[in-house]
Amino acid sequence: MLNCIGSNRIGSKRIGFIARAAVLAAIATAGAAHATDITGAGSTFVYPVLAKWSAAYSEKTGNRVNYQSIGSGAGIAQIKAGTLDFGASDKPLAADELKQSGLGQFPLVIGGIVPVANVEGVRAGQLKLDGATLARIFLGEISNWNDPAIAALNSGLKLPNARITVVHRSDGSGTTFNFTNYLSKISPTWKAKAGEGTAVNWPSGIGGKGNEGVAAFVKQIRGSIGYVEYAYALQNGMAYAQLKNAAGQYVQPDAQSFAAAADTADWSRAQDFNLIMTNAPGEQAWPITATTWAILYEQPKDAQRSKTAFDFFKWSLENGQTQAQSLDYVPLPKSLVERIESYWQTQFEQ
Amino acid sequence: MNSAGQLAIGLDAERVDRRFSGDRAFRWLAGGCAALVALALLGAATSMAWGAHEAFATFGWRFLISTDWDPVDHRFGALVPAIGTVVSSGIALLIAVPVSFGIALFLTEVAPAWLRQPVASAIELLAGIPSIIYGMWGLFVFVPFMAAHVDPWIDAHLGKLPGIGMFFSGPPLGLGMFTAGIVLAIMVIPFVTSVMREVFLTVPNRLKESAYALGATTWEVAWHIVLPYTRQAVIGGVFLGLGRALGETMAVTFVLGNAHELSVSLLMPGNSIAAAIANEFTEADSSIYRSSLIALGFLLFLLTFIVLAIARLMLRRIERNRGPA
Repeated sequence: MLNCIGSNRIGSKRIGFIARAAVLAAIATAGAAHATDITGAGSTFVYPVLAKWSAAYSEKTGNRVNYQSIGSGAGIAQIKAGTLDFGASDKPLAADELKQSGLGQFPLVIGGIVPVANVEGVRAGQLKLDGATLARIFLGEISNWNDPAIAALNSGLKLPNARITVVHRSDGSGTTFNFTNYLSKISPTWKAKAGEGTAVNWPSGIGGKGNEGVAAFVKQIRGSIGYVEYAYALQNGMAYAQLKNAAGQYVQPDAQSFAAAADTADWSRAQDFNLIMTNAPGEQAWPITATTWAILYEQPKDAQRSKTAFDFFKWSLENGQTQAQSLDYVPLPKSLVERIESYWQTQFEQ
Repeated sequence: MNSAGQLAIGLDAERVDRRFSGDRAFRWLAGGCAALVALALLGAATSMAWGAHEAFATFGWRFLISTDWDPVDHRFGALVPAIGTVVSSGIALLIAVPVSFGIALFLTEVAPAWLRQPVASAIELLAGIPSIIYGMWGLFVFVPFMAAHVDPWIDAHLGKLPGIGMFFSGPPLGLGMFTAGIVLAIMVIPFVTSVMREVFLTVPNRLKESAYALGATTWEVAWHIVLPYTRQAVIGGVFLGLGRALGETMAVTFVLGNAHELSVSLLMPGNSIAAAIANEFTEADSSIYRSSLIALGFLLFLLTFIVLAIARLMLRRIERNRGPA
């Protein structure tokens, strides 16, 4: 009996403790509610750098940015459905499509897409190609590495008698969109036969899933040529090629040539930053330079979350250079960041 | 019936009543579980047909025989992936069935007792490996091996044969229908083997021992006693494996080459229904593109259904030829 009372007393004490803990927890969550969690989704291209930015940003502010790399197409669909605070796409939306859905968009970060080849005796940066030749290779018109069209561009290089195997992406992707956009700008035949898109009707070759799939195939198949994001080419030690740009110069793919492309692209005439940077006019510009656009509501449903989203992008564009560079992305040039921030003032209700 | 009647006499009416109501509830519960399967099946079929109707309305029956796959111009056809699915699964079965038969026979008839359980467990473990692992193994280990050793040999020796040479000629990519078929076979073998082993164990010992007593070899016992006795279950196991091969996605997409091109050679890359859907669904940016992918899914559904129906018919025919037991 005594025992029973004793245990009861302990029991009630315990209940009191739990209740107090619960109250404390409730207060704590109420405090945490000051920090806002925002959600974005879309492009896989931008995912690594967004993840780093959001980690650094949440350390600084306590606000968390949750980003899901579900693909650009799905990201656009989700932001239109109103389930996200921001979407991210490798392909810009046209001005009237933005207007229809009450959205605005701006670029986030720059990356390069590079042709990579597996040719015996050819190391990274040695092979020279121009857009027309690249298009003919991907059309299947040039099918051997000793073709005179390739030899004419590579006078110092000994190219073997080896079959060319084209490797492209099997999944829809922004990388493919920028690559085919470039080929369409250069080659009328390419434009007529395949065109541009996140996935196209490939005239030849095999498909690898993702950048990693293309990289794996190119590494394994002798005589193959493919295209991957610059970071993948570097990380896998692949033999990327030089490209002849619109100014007629051969350029190596690197941070400078990507930045040059972003610098010389004519953003002033592009409404809602609807501009694909491929085949940019600059002397040093890499011809297949790409960006990813963030897409947000002009009149957000939740002002607090929208404010946090803009705060995050402002912080990332102004302070996120180191994170971007460590992942082989290129931060936007300062002039472009200023242009974006003034676009925010006019376009978005904040 | 009789024993049930005797039981009921021993119980008072109320308990019998409760017993029957419990029985009825159990009957409804079990029936409900079965209905859930039927409902899920019906729901899946209906929603796929609904999602696919735009593609079928646009392309009509040509969707089935067209080799087009042009996301830019919005022209789609199912022939290339459908053939890829059927051919790669067919190759997988051609390899997996005899091998599984051999393994099951070894484990039930030939192997010493101490070896049987460890090997059987190892095979069941194989069934538990996620398919993405098979895909990565295929991509990083098996494809280079095929490209370096197997494909060149096939091309040089079989590719030159008159008539059938065109099925075996091609560049040594390491990727393609043949490689996909082999990887699928490795994935299917554990399933088929498990079923075969289980049913081989059900063969009464006196049948086998009688045959051995008459001087039959192990092979003769397997072929004339074990297999006829278990035929139905063995065919069931084979079709379980086929079902898995038809729907396999990740492993195939890594080794098949994902090319929307029709080619007769087994060394050339192709595409499969499941791989095409997995690859392209996230970025299918127009409604007709998405609808065409769902139509592919619907087609796979029909294909599996047809295969199962053929299996049933085959079984019925075998039973009829055999006559009443």
